[in-house]
Amino acid sequence: MSDSSSGNTARNSTMRWIPLAVVAALGVLLFAGVLLSRNPNRDALPSPLIGKPAPAFRLPVLHEAGRLVTDKDLRGAPYLLNVWGSWCPACRDEHPVLTRFAETKRVRVIGFNWKDEHADALRWLEQFGNPYLMVLTDYDGKAAIDWGIYGAPETFLVDASGTIRWKYVGPLTDEVIKDELLPKLAQIDARGASL
Amino acid sequence: MRALLLAFVLMLSNAPAFAQVATDATPLSFADTAEEKRFHALVSELRCVMCQNQSLADSNAQIAVDLRREVLELMRKGKTDAEIKDFLVARYGEFVLYRPQVESKTWLLWFGPALVLLAGGIVVAGAVRRRSRPSAQAADDRNEEQEW
Repeated sequence: MSDSSSGNTARNSTMRWIPLAVVAALGVLLFAGVLLSRNPNRDALPSPLIGKPAPAFRLPVLHEAGRLVTDKDLRGAPYLLNVWGSWCPACRDEHPVLTRFAETKRVRVIGFNWKDEHADALRWLEQFGNPYLMVLTDYDGKAAIDWGIYGAPETFLVDASGTIRWKYVGPLTDEVIKDELLPKLAQIDARGASL
Repeated sequence: MRALLLAFVLMLSNAPAFAQVATDATPLSFADTAEEKRFHALVSELRCVMCQNQSLADSNAQIAVDLRREVLELMRKGKTDAEIKDFLVARYGEFVLYRPQVESKTWLLWFGPALVLLAGGIVVAGAVRRRSRPSAQAADDRNEEQEW
């Protein structure tokens, strides 16, 4: 009897710590939540298309009436596909960053003018400058659904074989380019050289 | 008092009508009520990717309008509900489903609440058994409580 009662006391003293442990666990959870919420891009959805072939498309070119470009036309070298619209304020924030990057000629920068008006898009590029090698237009938003696009700006990196390697949701910054895009490009180049 | 009550009842009966106001620029038109019913059931199970706390049915974001149109088009092409969901999951990820598929990754999500209930049940059962045990143990407990 004395044996079991001493066992019980030991158990009771551990039981005593349980509320503290529960509160500590909740505290850790709360702290993790605060840390996660500091990431301004926390709402960005991971794209299921990474590592998959870019969707087939056939889209008009903004500056050349009547010309259609397909996904196959763009193969052979990597390209960056940047989704924008003249209606999109964040695209204006991104514009100088993208222009600076495009001027380095590291990779082809293709514009994807989404849900826009032809005249508005032309005016926007004239006013702020055109960083794009070529601008594709998707005004009914059908091709955008195939790409899993849900906002602007969004940026995709597609390699020479037409596989999507990277996606960024939200305006590109110099940090994102340096820390994510350039390493990805280097990786693609290395893989291309070894083939 | 009666007037107030009447006003309250009227307010309640009006509430659903307000919630259903369609604000699309070009509202979708349906061939028949069966199609409309199926469409509404389907889009209320899909999450808007832009405004992540709304369903595709509720959202007025441009992308939600486009996706609703796409869903209706796919329905008219004879796709099943499962095929339409797969179409969206392939492009936007599992996130678009309000009810994620049951697979090894989502077991905790699906069965977590049952686990918590089970754990709670075990704790309660233990407490009840301890309480119902008379004599020395109870006296022990009382002594310990005094120490606090």
